[in-house]
Amino acid sequence: MNDDFSFWKEFKSNRKGVAGLIIVGFFAMMALLAPLISPYDPNATNPSLFLAPSSSVHIFGTNTLGQDLFSRDVYGAQISLIVGIAAGAVAVAIGLVAGLVSGYMGGLIDEIIMRVVDFFIVIPAIVFMIIVAALLGPSLINIIMVIGLLSWAPTARIIRSMVLSIREWPFVESAKANNAGNTYIMFRHIFPNVTSVLYGNAMLAISAAIFTQAALVFLGVGNVTSISWGEIIRQAYTTGALSSGDMLYVLPPGIFIFVLIFGFILMGYALEEIMNPRLRTIKG
Amino acid sequence: MSGFQKYISKRIIFAAISIFIIFTFDFFLFRLMPGNPIQILYRSPALSPSQIASLEQQFGLNLPMWQQYLLFIKNTFSGNFGISIYYHQSVSSVLFPALLNSLILLIPATIIAIFLGIITGKIAAWRRGTTLDGAITGGSMALYSIPTFWLGGMFILLAIYTRSLPVSGMYTTGASFPSFAAQLADLLNHMILPLTTLTLVLFGQFTIIMRNSLIDVLEEDYINFAKSKGASDNYLLARHAVPNAELPMISVIAVNLGLSVGGAILTEVVFSWPGIGFLIFNAVNARDYPVLQAAFVIVAVVIVLANIVADILYSYLDPRIRYQ
Repeated sequence: MNDDFSFWKEFKSNRKGVAGLIIVGFFAMMALLAPLISPYDPNATNPSLFLAPSSSVHIFGTNTLGQDLFSRDVYGAQISLIVGIAAGAVAVAIGLVAGLVSGYMGGLIDEIIMRVVDFFIVIPAIVFMIIVAALLGPSLINIIMVIGLLSWAPTARIIRSMVLSIREWPFVESAKANNAGNTYIMFRHIFPNVTSVLYGNAMLAISAAIFTQAALVFLGVGNVTSISWGEIIRQAYTTGALSSGDMLYVLPPGIFIFVLIFGFILMGYALEEIMNPRLRTIKG
Repeated sequence: MSGFQKYISKRIIFAAISIFIIFTFDFFLFRLMPGNPIQILYRSPALSPSQIASLEQQFGLNLPMWQQYLLFIKNTFSGNFGISIYYHQSVSSVLFPALLNSLILLIPATIIAIFLGIITGKIAAWRRGTTLDGAITGGSMALYSIPTFWLGGMFILLAIYTRSLPVSGMYTTGASFPSFAAQLADLLNHMILPLTTLTLVLFGQFTIIMRNSLIDVLEEDYINFAKSKGASDNYLLARHAVPNAELPMISVIAVNLGLSVGGAILTEVVFSWPGIGFLIFNAVNARDYPVLQAAFVIVAVVIVLANIVADILYSYLDPRIRYQ
């Protein structure tokens, strides 16, 4: 428990970390309390309010269906967070297992896994995602899996490079001498030592997934029927609201995506600094 | 065989295997489509009976699957991707001009972004821990976090309010140009906004890469040694630090090319720039699967080839690999 205490002390004194946590916390509240915050049902249409400009009743105006844009911007936090966290978790979990196995087992298994990693790092994931999403249909679970399954390679590479040095440490040898199995050593002995990079990496994976989800929806291959920030921006383009200069249609969802991603990146960098004592001393 | 040759041949073999896997992936991916993939890809009612007949013959559509696979690989290698359902002409005649348009935008953007990224990354690394470093790093992270398609939208808004720059396409629609110079001027005018968008997005990324690799180099013993000999800051940076930091940058940039493609696609779509990204976007909406099938292969192959070039450049510049 002493460890946890010092972690929080360290985290609280890290300005990036605190800023990131406040940002992410803000959007988490927005997502959870969306029904309370939003003044209207985000799906309620009103034909008489076609692209209504900003007013005291509709502060961001309405879209072509007369739906309240402020309410839709508030609800949009839900999809971004769900897809970001779920796809980030899929990517980190696969990357962790691949990295552990590759680094610890070595030899041919390592060679094969690393070539697969090289392949996934090189291929243009976004093109792949567009095509797979277009072929398989854009359900929420498909989008999460497509993003997660195509984003694990960088994590695997980082974890592997850590495992390569950790597996040479004496405690691994002593575990082997005590007849511990490979799986046991990997997950009980090596895994706790790679968590330091894992947390930071998970935050970056989440931020990338949020970006990708918004981009896919914008390109029209995401789930265009559910409320998301990418979809609001897409509609602003397709309905001509952007070219008519409707600022409050496009500004808020873009700023929300940007700030939320920035929040996760800040947290990622902070976790990296806190968990990696070397970086901490360099930064002073 | 020297270390250099061994290294290069290993990379080329890996690239060849990657390309083969990409082709295979492409074949099976599109045959996993719900519905009748062959019907969708080659026997679309949008095509004329004679077109369908020639496709049936070229792609062996009545043959068993494994023969179709071999024919597909052979056709892909020779640039035969079938006929576009939307454009009613061969996919390659649509694809290659689009690829050229993409490169016209992507190459200058990458070069400018690398050039600027080296400068700001250098300043941030040299002044690391200061407010200036914080501002540059924070700014770069912000540029990296901005949704590309939204940043493009902001430029469009700006252009509309100021009525200054064209926001869509490569040339003025319907314009005929008296001279090449006039055509080039029109192209450059159309290029300003997409180029700025793409450059900014890549710039943040490259600044962080340069800063981090320079910080690594600045920790090296030879830097301290040069410092103790009394080398000036500028000399130290220019002669000792930057050349060594540029090396890892080449490989990181090459690895990140796949990510740059994402930025390029979004930029093209926002500004209706008739490149591969815009082509993919339209093909998704028009359900033009033959074009999608080919676009995936082309983009992936270009990335793999760019990586090979970067590998060769890297090992040529780094004697440690050359003389292994």
